[in-house]
Amino acid sequence: MPIKRLSWGAKTIAVLVKDIRGELRTRYAIGAIVMFAVITVVAVGFSLSGIPLDLNLQGILFWLVIYFASVAGLGQSFIKEEESKTSLALRIYAPPVAVFGGKLLFNLLLLFTLEIVLVPLFALLVGLGIRQLPLFIAILATGTFGLACSTTIVAAIIAKASIKGVLFAVLSFPLILPVLIMAIKGTQKALSIGLVFASASGELQVLISYAAIMLIAGFLLFEFVWND
Amino acid sequence: MKLILDKVTQKFPGRKIFHDISIEVEKGEKLVITGPNGSGKTTLAKIIGSLIRPSSGLVKVEIGGKTICGSEIISHIGLVAPDLFLYDELTGAENIAFFTSVIDGQTENTASLFGRYGLEGRENDLVRSYSSGMKQRLKYILAMLRKPPLLILDEPTANLDEDGKDIVRDIITKHDGITVIATNEQADLGYADKTIVLGR
Repeated sequence: MPIKRLSWGAKTIAVLVKDIRGELRTRYAIGAIVMFAVITVVAVGFSLSGIPLDLNLQGILFWLVIYFASVAGLGQSFIKEEESKTSLALRIYAPPVAVFGGKLLFNLLLLFTLEIVLVPLFALLVGLGIRQLPLFIAILATGTFGLACSTTIVAAIIAKASIKGVLFAVLSFPLILPVLIMAIKGTQKALSIGLVFASASGELQVLISYAAIMLIAGFLLFEFVWND
Repeated sequence: MKLILDKVTQKFPGRKIFHDISIEVEKGEKLVITGPNGSGKTTLAKIIGSLIRPSSGLVKVEIGGKTICGSEIISHIGLVAPDLFLYDELTGAENIAFFTSVIDGQTENTASLFGRYGLEGRENDLVRSYSSGMKQRLKYILAMLRKPPLLILDEPTANLDEDGKDIVRDIITKHDGITVIATNEQADLGYADKTIVLGR
């Protein structure tokens, strides 16, 4: 009988596809993330009742919604494995690198889905005066990647704990703070009048470096977290 | 191939479960772990598969001229156990296709594979709709995908009917690696080449 041999990349995609298939049937994480974001933005939008929000506040509020929505949902990728008791099978049969890679890609996909819903909704109800679209997209992409890397490894750490929700928020906050600060500053520059792309090069460098460090650390640490 | 347990001890806070278990099991042999409820059969089976770290002592597997221990052992085991669960929200075929992808498993026509384990016609049903006996059969399909050198069976015939027990008997007798069986079933004790009795 032929043996089906796949590369690490293909195994990572297999984990991702399994998670997407399960998510489409259960709406376990996407429901939590999108509903949190929609409710928050709608509540803020209605409470402002047409009063224009300062550009700096727009940037702050935008990233706070992304942060709290991700805390509400990104941990689910590992928590669901623990709660449905499938983590043992995954641990035995799937290589740790593929599990981490697949879960990271799944969290990235969740965040990008959230942002597809959030950006137009936020612009419509709260206001998001984007002056530098390429810069806004670059900050959003790098910030999202950093956020996904850090929350994925924290989610793996807390999945076996009994007070997962609290622990996830407490552990992820100090890790995510640098991303949040840089992403807010970069977004504020993308919303400001008269600033060019290069004006946010410092923020972009920090966000790219952070994402790279968290990605490497995640892949190096995950096997120990997963197998212990 | 050889499985070596060297003075394996397990303690939980305030309680010693078992201590100083040493044994060597050769390729083709069946190790049966037996004992009353709570004596640590499942715990010892999981320690052998490196799924739990013992309080002290060492588990080693000599395989292909190389000695491995710790988490390296995990990628050489196949496990059937009551606390191993597959994805309820996926079909049986989707579960097996996923695990085949991630373990470099043997590709085989899904219908004939499921047929061999008595699950013919149910491969496209969600696992959620399976009975506990059918789920147990699915765990055997998964465990055997990898052709595991170290097969660990915790309560191997739990929830199975007579046909299911025949399939398990066939798997155990034909498995040419090391088989570890944690059981209290009288019928399963007969497979033993070596036995560990816990709780004495």
